[in-house]
Amino acid sequence: MKIWEYIVRRLLLLIPVLIGVTIITFTVSHVIPADPARAFAGGPKAQPETIARIRAELHLDKPLWEQYFYYLNDLIHLNLGKSFLENRPVTTALAQYFPATFELTIFAMIIAVPFGIIGGIISAIRQNKLSDHITRIIAIVGYSLPIFWLALMLQYVFAYQFPIFPLEGRLSAGMTSPTTFTGFYVLDSILSGNGATLLSSLHHLLLPAFTLGFATLAIILRMMRSSMLEVMGSDYIRTARAKGLSERTVIYKHALRNAMIPTITVTGLAFGGLLSGAVLTETIFNWPGMGRFAAHAVLGLDFNAVMGFTLVVAIIYVLANLIVDILYAVVDPRVKLGGG
Amino acid sequence: MFHLFRKSLLSMIGLAIIILLLLVALFAPFLAKEHPSYAEVSTEQGTTQVEERWEIHFDRKLLPPSSDHFFGTDDYGRDIFSMIVYGSQTSLRICLLVIAISTFIGVLLGGLAGYFGGVLDEILMRITDVFLSIPYLILALAIAAALGRSIDHIMEAMIITWWPTYARLMRGQVLALREQQFVEAARSVGARNSRILFRHILPNSLAPLLVQITLDLGAVLLVAAGLSFIGLGASPGTAEWGLMISDGRAFMFHAWWYVTFPGLAIVLVVLGFNLLGDGLRDVTDPKLRR
Repeated sequence: MKIWEYIVRRLLLLIPVLIGVTIITFTVSHVIPADPARAFAGGPKAQPETIARIRAELHLDKPLWEQYFYYLNDLIHLNLGKSFLENRPVTTALAQYFPATFELTIFAMIIAVPFGIIGGIISAIRQNKLSDHITRIIAIVGYSLPIFWLALMLQYVFAYQFPIFPLEGRLSAGMTSPTTFTGFYVLDSILSGNGATLLSSLHHLLLPAFTLGFATLAIILRMMRSSMLEVMGSDYIRTARAKGLSERTVIYKHALRNAMIPTITVTGLAFGGLLSGAVLTETIFNWPGMGRFAAHAVLGLDFNAVMGFTLVVAIIYVLANLIVDILYAVVDPRVKLGGG
Repeated sequence: MFHLFRKSLLSMIGLAIIILLLLVALFAPFLAKEHPSYAEVSTEQGTTQVEERWEIHFDRKLLPPSSDHFFGTDDYGRDIFSMIVYGSQTSLRICLLVIAISTFIGVLLGGLAGYFGGVLDEILMRITDVFLSIPYLILALAIAAALGRSIDHIMEAMIITWWPTYARLMRGQVLALREQQFVEAARSVGARNSRILFRHILPNSLAPLLVQITLDLGAVLLVAAGLSFIGLGASPGTAEWGLMISDGRAFMFHAWWYVTFPGLAIVLVVLGFNLLGDGLRDVTDPKLRR
């Protein structure tokens, strides 16, 4: 089977999963709340007229299956309802906030993936030496830390006690955002040749990106270490050594490629953690992304916004894992593209 | 098996931390210097729930750690040490209940699906696919937002989020064990399905289940604390670690102890579960035994 056939097949298999996701978000928004109309209208303080209007708008007096089709119809037309807090469509708000979250997530990955992989390799080839113990401790602490607490501690140390990094935001106060091409400040700064905003946006990115990426770094480090150890003990590595190949060639040419495979899978799964972590990290660093929007929406009882965010995140996560699966097939020739 | 476990220093540290947590939760009334009172309040939905209340002392607010207040006091003059001690009960209750119920649901459904296969299995697996395609914290966030703010609601949300993990794990175990000779033997002597499932397959699945449970206890605490931090969990003034960090955030720069100590409590407990889980995995998985 060709790789593109595999991709098409996987895209088709995505359809039932996405339908399932809409059933979950529908159930959560229309079935779970004691009074969905009130929930959509903004909770306990909602006006009776608003509740009545929303009940009619969302057809909440119709049977559930009919409500679901109205819901699907709205989704197909990219209508996620209106955000009460921001008084504009949820879709518009999410589209505006998406680049900030995406930029933060990418930088978190840029920190987590290389350091995780390198740390894992060092740990494995120096098994039970001091550097191994240190990296293992970093790994286990890394995925035991509550991300919001790590964020606060880093703010306290690096933005207050030793003010090396800015406390919050994407750019220094008074600085106007670079000309918008993509919404990614780093990229936009480069495209518009604006060195000042480039430096400022990178400076603002570092602390939140490290916070967000640290748990992922720990997960990758751990996976890389254990798969590297497993590979290093295998027969073909012994053969490669017996042939008289240098240790460097054995490690980087033979062991690494095979040890990368489980790491790629874990990276895909960790992406879900990054999206979750973004909610907390963005709230603390006042980062104007989808996560902060969602956290504010939860507190402000902006139900449409919470549900819209959940759906969008689920879609992003599903697509991210699809990409990982495809990468996986590219890296590991043993993965049969056809069979289950 | 235990001698291997005992040899691992990190696992023993994990075990010690968890024993400490249990002791602190159990003896909270003796360890804490101050104690909450409990009052029954009615909720918006018309039901009643027990609310925890701490005495307010504005004359001693935001005091730094001292021999009177080991971890300092908060903005209402409450003793942070005592609140953390009582908070261990809340944390333990959340972790144990969420994991116990999701394990029960997951093992039951996953076991049945794996054993009987066919349409039932196919349906269950597609359902778990969908659940697992939404990150834990975000699905729990949406459900808890729909249910309204309370600790019980975040627990319900997390159970709905967590059971598919166990269903998948149990199904995998059953599929692997179903074809083993001892199951075949039991079937050939005419053992009933229920007997095969509960007497032969379940006991042999306990090791991987136990590892997953231990690691998830820590993960549940992290998600619960995160939801509380956002403002979905305990009502204000409750001794809940995530909520305390959230409340302390506004005072972080002049009262570092307010956010630091509840956070350390979370790190310690999650670390304990993770060390213990890792140790159990190393012992139960012969592949990793070197």
